[in-house]
Amino acid sequence: MTPSEKYTAAAYLVVFVAVLAYVVIIASKLQRLEREVARLVELAREKQSG
Amino acid sequence: MRARGPSLPALAGACTLLFAVAIALAFYYAPTDANQGLSQRIFYFHVPLALTAYACFGWGAWKALLHLWKRAPQADLESYVAIHQGVIFGALTLATGSLWAKISWGVWWSWSSDQLVLFLVLFLFYCAYFMLRYSVDAGPGRANMCAVYALFGIVLVPVSFFAIRLSHDFIHPVVFSSHGPQMTGAQFLTFCVCLAAMLVLFATLYSIELAGKRLDASLRELRELLA
Amino acid sequence: MTYARDVVALARKDLLLELRAKETLPAMLLFVVATLTIFHFALPAGTGDDATLGLLWSALVLTALLGLTRAFVAEREQSMFDALVLAPCDRSAIWLAKALSVLVFLVCAELVALPAFAAFFSAVDGRTIAAIALADLGICTVGTLFGAMAVAGRARELLLPLLFLPAAVPIVIGGVGGYLWFLALYDVLFAVLAWATFEYVVVET
Repeated sequence: MTPSEKYTAAAYLVVFVAVLAYVVIIASKLQRLEREVARLVELAREKQSG
Repeated sequence: MRARGPSLPALAGACTLLFAVAIALAFYYAPTDANQGLSQRIFYFHVPLALTAYACFGWGAWKALLHLWKRAPQADLESYVAIHQGVIFGALTLATGSLWAKISWGVWWSWSSDQLVLFLVLFLFYCAYFMLRYSVDAGPGRANMCAVYALFGIVLVPVSFFAIRLSHDFIHPVVFSSHGPQMTGAQFLTFCVCLAAMLVLFATLYSIELAGKRLDASLRELRELLA
Repeated sequence: MTYARDVVALARKDLLLELRAKETLPAMLLFVVATLTIFHFALPAGTGDDATLGLLWSALVLTALLGLTRAFVAEREQSMFDALVLAPCDRSAIWLAKALSVLVFLVCAELVALPAFAAFFSAVDGRTIAAIALADLGICTVGTLFGAMAVAGRARELLLPLLFLPAAVPIVIGGVGGYLWFLALYDVLFAVLAWATFEYVVVET
């Protein structure tokens, strides 16, 4: 690849990687929310039975 | 609680479609620039990124104004999320701009590029927004301060831009024309599609982050109700 | 008229406090002279006047920062903010008074800094002095507002430079280039904005 091609590819890749990083962050957040909901469901069940 | 406007899947779908079209246009449809060659195609991402970052800061300031003026309950959070997006787009503008400077001028940083210098200043300014936000305890006081800061930011954008233009007169004695090389029709079309794609990306990420934050708040409320 | 009276009374209070405690102004004076000394050794021999003038601007902005950091410390330490906010005066009067007192400190520091600069490096012309006067107004208006924000945070001394310096970039550009009209524009724009928004920054807690 010529330098020109490399840098152009890098510029587009940077954006792509940033969006992927964003997905990773959102995914970890989603996981945390999932755990939180599971805990709350547990809590609600205990309340209902107890 | 439900967000108004287009639904999140619709936004994400539109974003995917637009990006596919934008990248295809940028590489296969737009003609290769006679002077700069292939690397000119960085333009199709770099400039829309920059414009989207302005849009984010502008949207953040608008929400800040709504917060101060109308006391809109969600506006503080929305302003924060918009500025967060703006900083991400701003960082990407700096990264792509730096790459472009390297390939066109052989240096990683060029003080003669107005756009880059302005984004450096804005990046520093808006990073301090987060320092402010995380340094002050949550509450109406913090919301007001952040809103005021966001308003200062949007006024600082044109002022800084103007100042940086002025600085060329005594730092770089070079004449900068305000009209760059005119774009051809095909280039302009590609640019517009890329810009639309970036703006929809912003809208998508903004909605996702906002939905996450709202969900967080609802869960906290639920936990308090159950406890 | 009561507005002007409130402003004068509040500014007088700050200046009297400083006269008694003598904390901020001596620190600013020492700081600016020490900075100029450092700059002398940081510069290679035979540096042109343009370069030293740039250093004068950095020294002034940093000195102003020192004064601004101290501006709301008294209110914070004695938790006077709540009382001040509850006082029956327009809240923007608090901002205006504080900006005025900081301006007085800054001008005093410059009355020492400019002759010192002229003695150490090179004489300053009238245009530079006019630019500094206009820049002082901008620094005080924006800096006081950000100072009030920073003092509310946990990392207050740390926070103000981060908030203030990016906003001071246009001031330095306008000052070094000697664009008086640009500095005046900056002052007016941000003074109006700060005047209109200050009431939101100080809330009773």
